[in-house]
Amino acid sequence: MKDSSDGINESRRDVLILGRDLLVAVPVATMTAPSMLGAQTSVPEPPVRSKVSLKVNGEVRELELDTRTTLLDALREHLNLTGTKKGCDHGQCGACTVIVDGRRINSCLTLAVMHEGASVTTIEGLGTPDKLHPMQAAFVKHDGYQCGYCTPGQICSAVAVLDEIKHGMPSHVSADLTAQPQLTAAELRERMSGNICRCGAYSNIADAITEVAGRSA
Amino acid sequence: MKAFTYERAKTPAEAAASASRNPGAKFIAGGTNLLDLMKLEIETPTHLIDVNGLALDKIESTPDGGLRIGALVRNSDLAADQRVRRDYGLLSRALLAGASGQLRNKATTAGNLLQRTRCPYFYDTNQPCNKRLPGSGCAAMGGFSRQHAVVGVSDACIATHPSDMAVAMRALDAKIETVRPDGSVRSIPIAEFHRLPGATPHLETVLVRGELITAVTLPKPVGGTHIYQKVRDRASYAFALVSVGAIVQRDGSGRVALGGVAPRPWRVEAAEAEMPHGAKAVTDRLLAGAKTTHENAFKVTLVQRTLSAVLAAARS
Repeated sequence: MKDSSDGINESRRDVLILGRDLLVAVPVATMTAPSMLGAQTSVPEPPVRSKVSLKVNGEVRELELDTRTTLLDALREHLNLTGTKKGCDHGQCGACTVIVDGRRINSCLTLAVMHEGASVTTIEGLGTPDKLHPMQAAFVKHDGYQCGYCTPGQICSAVAVLDEIKHGMPSHVSADLTAQPQLTAAELRERMSGNICRCGAYSNIADAITEVAGRSA
Repeated sequence: MKAFTYERAKTPAEAAASASRNPGAKFIAGGTNLLDLMKLEIETPTHLIDVNGLALDKIESTPDGGLRIGALVRNSDLAADQRVRRDYGLLSRALLAGASGQLRNKATTAGNLLQRTRCPYFYDTNQPCNKRLPGSGCAAMGGFSRQHAVVGVSDACIATHPSDMAVAMRALDAKIETVRPDGSVRSIPIAEFHRLPGATPHLETVLVRGELITAVTLPKPVGGTHIYQKVRDRASYAFALVSVGAIVQRDGSGRVALGGVAPRPWRVEAAEAEMPHGAKAVTDRLLAGAKTTHENAFKVTLVQRTLSAVLAAARS
């Protein structure tokens, strides 16, 4: 038993050693390939930095950022406001939704330096654990989430949706383009279509928004 | 994302001149398409010219009874403008059928016209794509081509133009005003603005380097019933499989433009003479010479049926 066991261990060791050699050998081989060397030399680029001043949740914040920094990354990585979430990072899921100068946008698809002097409201600026925004309270009451990852974006979006309806902005499902849009379930669902919830809490999200809409109407 | 330098332009002429001086420059306005592509390094500008500070965000009436829409007017503002809702309902409807509320708040009128295809092979840098890398081939032909174009295509490219707004603009005979780096201005009819792919699918418009769109103008309203019918894989927030934008007059005459079927918003004026004869007659002219794949041939039938529904709705 002992011999056979050692044999297995030895062969395992051989495999591990072989594996290690392969891991070392592959990069060496590719390093010498001319095309890869070309790619290597073109990689380092000096980051370009730029100053920007943002008013985030009422507070002026001065930043000096790599110009590539999205508003989302500025909020999360530089201002430590991690309430705003990075989902797809391509404007497809809505998890990064914040309110800039009164309008909801995808913070992942805009550069921080493009927002000099702008007012940004994130989930942290809507309410606090002690004093929830009515939309936050309604999401809690109606269980408008499971994992909660999309929730900050859903809530920022929902707050802006009610404002858009109040200001008479039409939607794809508005029957009459020239009339004041109604607070129907169909209207809310269409307007919230840019916020994806992989847990599928949509019906509870719609209930939460409907309750707040009724209260503020 | 590749590193880039950044400037905020102060006048349209200054922006155009700067773009002309910097071969690697791009204008950025809403950024919802450009930044997406920069993250994937499909677009790799070395210099960004932020045009958001230019005073191009107004919608004004023109002396001939039309509208002049600033290049920076956001899609949501254009769709909600009272004059557009009343007189150019097709444009409001098309805008509201596109993207999401968040994206429409950022996306601009000019940027919408310039947005690039959503062909998945254009987006996948591991795949050949003549539009992204000229001469590399086309992975869509013989690949998954259910979303792709059926008219105006070439042997090099079968990608669609993804815009809803541009379909309405095409039916409304919009003109695109620009300024060139030398300061000269021109007005381009939308019918001549987007190129067909031919052998050069990477060239998508007739704009020259550094040329900046300043406005889109609409002629005076033409009346009629305005309908934009978009068929897509989910009820909201998806690109069109097929879309039909139509303006139908009481006597049955009218205009029709299509989205989701071609490399540019698709309109064939001669087909509109067939409108009193019904959807099949119009579709036969609109999609004459269609070149389909086994996966997107359904679009020809879908255009006819969608147009049939639109014409029925216009009569009721």
